Amino acid sequence: MAIREKVFNTIISCFKRHGAENIDTPVFELKETLTGKYGEDSKLIYDLKDQGGELLSLRYDLTVPFARYLAMNKVTNIKRYHIAKVYRRDNPAMTRGRYREFYQCDFDIAGQYDPMIPDAECLKIVHEILSELELGDFRIKVNDRRILDGMFAVCGVPDDKFRTICSTVDKLDKMSWEDVRSEMVKEKGLSEEAADQIGQYVSLQGGMDLAERLLQDAKMSQSKQACAGLTDMKQLFSYLQLFQVTDKASAEKVRTTETQVMVASAQKNLLEERLRLTAELWNAGIKAEVMYKKNPKLLSQLQHCEDSGIPLVAILGEQELKDGVVKLRTVHSREEVRFSYTASLSV
Amino acid sequence: MADKAQIQEAIKTQGEVVRKLKTEKASKEQIDEEVAKLLQLKAQLGGDEGRHQFTLKTAKGTRDYNPKQMAIREKVFNTIISCFKRHGAENIDTPVFELKETLTGKYGEDSKLIYDLKDQGGELLSLRYDLTVPFARYLAMNKVTNIKRYHIAKVYRRDNPAMTRGRYREFYQCDFDIAGQYDPMIPDAECLKIVHEILSELELGDFRIKVNDRRILDGMFAVCGVPDDKFRTICSTVDKLDKMSWEDVRSEMVKEKGLSEEAADQIGQYVSLQGGMDLAERLLQDAKMSQSKQACAGLTDMKQLFSYLQLFQVTDKVVFDLSLARGLDYYTGVIYEAILTQTGPVPVAAAQNGAGEKAEEGVSVGSVAGGGRYDGLVGMFDPKGRKVPCVGVSIGIERVFSIMEQKAEASAEKVRTTETQVMVASAQKNLLEERLRLTAELWNAGIKAEVMYKKNPKLLSQLQHCEDSGIPLVAILGEQELKDGVVKLRTVHSREEIDVSRAELVEEIKRRTSDI
Repeated sequence: MAIREKVFNTIISCFKRHGAENIDTPVFELKETLTGKYGEDSKLIYDLKDQGGELLSLRYDLTVPFARYLAMNKVTNIKRYHIAKVYRRDNPAMTRGRYREFYQCDFDIAGQYDPMIPDAECLKIVHEILSELELGDFRIKVNDRRILDGMFAVCGVPDDKFRTICSTVDKLDKMSWEDVRSEMVKEKGLSEEAADQIGQYVSLQGGMDLAERLLQDAKMSQSKQACAGLTDMKQLFSYLQLFQVTDKASAEKVRTTETQVMVASAQKNLLEERLRLTAELWNAGIKAEVMYKKNPKLLSQLQHCEDSGIPLVAILGEQELKDGVVKLRTVHSREEVRFSYTASLSV
Repeated sequence: MADKAQIQEAIKTQGEVVRKLKTEKASKEQIDEEVAKLLQLKAQLGGDEGRHQFTLKTAKGTRDYNPKQMAIREKVFNTIISCFKRHGAENIDTPVFELKETLTGKYGEDSKLIYDLKDQGGELLSLRYDLTVPFARYLAMNKVTNIKRYHIAKVYRRDNPAMTRGRYREFYQCDFDIAGQYDPMIPDAECLKIVHEILSELELGDFRIKVNDRRILDGMFAVCGVPDDKFRTICSTVDKLDKMSWEDVRSEMVKEKGLSEEAADQIGQYVSLQGGMDLAERLLQDAKMSQSKQACAGLTDMKQLFSYLQLFQVTDKVVFDLSLARGLDYYTGVIYEAILTQTGPVPVAAAQNGAGEKAEEGVSVGSVAGGGRYDGLVGMFDPKGRKVPCVGVSIGIERVFSIMEQKAEASAEKVRTTETQVMVASAQKNLLEERLRLTAELWNAGIKAEVMYKKNPKLLSQLQHCEDSGIPLVAILGEQELKDGVVKLRTVHSREEIDVSRAELVEEIKRRTSDI
């Protein structure tokens, strides 16, 4: 949970930095709201038992609820993030290690705007988040449905095969070109000629220069659709340049609490004093803990500090109380300083 | 399948129902419900209309949270969570559904309110009803003997809307619990200290925390002559004293529950008592009470509790109240409930005392938190019956939300739904590039900034957006300023403007926003 909190904090502060609002929706929707939205995956939806009321299902993602929210509230413009769990009855044999309840973290911009600016901001956000999370080097791949469809058209793919060829091409991140080509030709019934033409294009990667080149390409430029997509791709890259995203730790002990000070005692019968001091720390907004024992051993209290990563321990002792001081010890260095009782708070 | 004519007839009838409700100005929920039925009927004729009709609504008893509500919610959570953290609590989370068998037999009569998932060929599941049973399951499953944890999450109850108007079926619970064997009453006192801190920091107005103890109650019933088998049922009647007069409560005990008038009168003498440590001391000396070993144990612990509460400086709001009963199925020791003393009109939700619950959302007028010690629950889950003593509290957070929402509505102050500090704007056309470049610079410096998704927006629209969203600063780019290497930084509410050099802009904004 401590790790999760850190990750959420990083991501949410990025969303907020970009002026996003937050919404939340119920964990279940009317079954009819989700019906017909997920195609084949609909069989993975969790339904609630019919207990005499409305038919309900657990949400499968956050996008359909978002669309329902926009329509229901007649919202035309919103920049929102939504972090919540979604539910899918995955078949474990097919998708080993996958959870049926898991978090999704969505950011969406809804509304009519000048082209590509919000699209660029989304990519800027992904870039910021992945950089701040320090997961290592990363790449963000971009393409455009209109460019894909245009490419399929000029390569001779029949219209009715667009979507199915598309899902085969999508496997290029997992399969070799030979296997993808083979699936297109043998399983999807594409002509070898069309497959080879596709092969020439899908190996291309680049930046704004590639978009420019393809606009000049004899074949590609025949597709109005592809040209529209490519023009927008150039525009996107120009914004990405302005956003500075065209390019691409010591193992800290993870603490589960944020406690700053342990209030401890070195001798017996000092519970009252410990409780009194702890209350003063709490009242001053300091995160403090005290052991639920009338006469705990000093060693156990120090051990707890080590285990929980608590950095400071305020040790009360009979002599110190007479002198009106508290021993403040830094746990990891074991350095101790005596502070007058009243001064110790400001430290 | 009804034929077309039948459906059309039904649509006609349903249409009348809707019209009638609207004329009678019935509740929005009722109207929405009947409209939904009407639309569903119309959808059945769908094919003809060529347009897929479906009901655009959330499930009954649930709601979306819009950005304003989320902003309020976030503030409340921050206050509460920082209090939990100040006390060294860890956070855990559990799944939204549990195995049906985990929840079975834990909620008594309220079990009928549990949402079950459809049997789709796998395990039988139910949506969690509270956070306490999952907590006990977590402890037993992971063999945890000691933990101080908080858990804030939604729970699900198929409440009957006629009985509990205004109550949601999906709502937040906010629980804090300390599990483990410790020297008596210290963790119990810390729970009360936490309630005190949270209610003070939320600034909901004056409040009181009533405390009692199950052993004192049971001991009192015993010495007053209540038969053992009537303890629980008499207890739930006594619990109604916060809503009913003593006469009515006495009447219910005698007429409905079959208690002797004598026993009822004896109870009456005790339940009117309130006090502090002094009351506990007095009762220990009381001839009748002192006969009950149980009561004496509870009273001794109550004194100990108050001594710790004094050290924690919270006795000003805590009252030992013998009439506090609560749904006691879980509780084995101290129990407490916090109420706001200035309550406005609140949609009254019927208290459900049969349930072994700490605090339900909207449990009784003015109640905002409740809890107690429950030493036997974890043992019910552990295969060896190993006991893990627990004490905890549940904050009635939905009640808090609605109070805060009402306050926000009533106050002149606008609730911001974003935290944007600067709007990057342009005064003339063709300055999109410069705007985007500057915005990226601000983001890279960690400043919260927005820019309009328009190549050539009017300055007025950009300024209007700042007013609407509560954005305090606007950085205005203009052709002359760009030549001079400066940016105009304007304070939105005062309209004061100064020119800041591009190089110093980030620093200047940071300086100003740290003051805000």
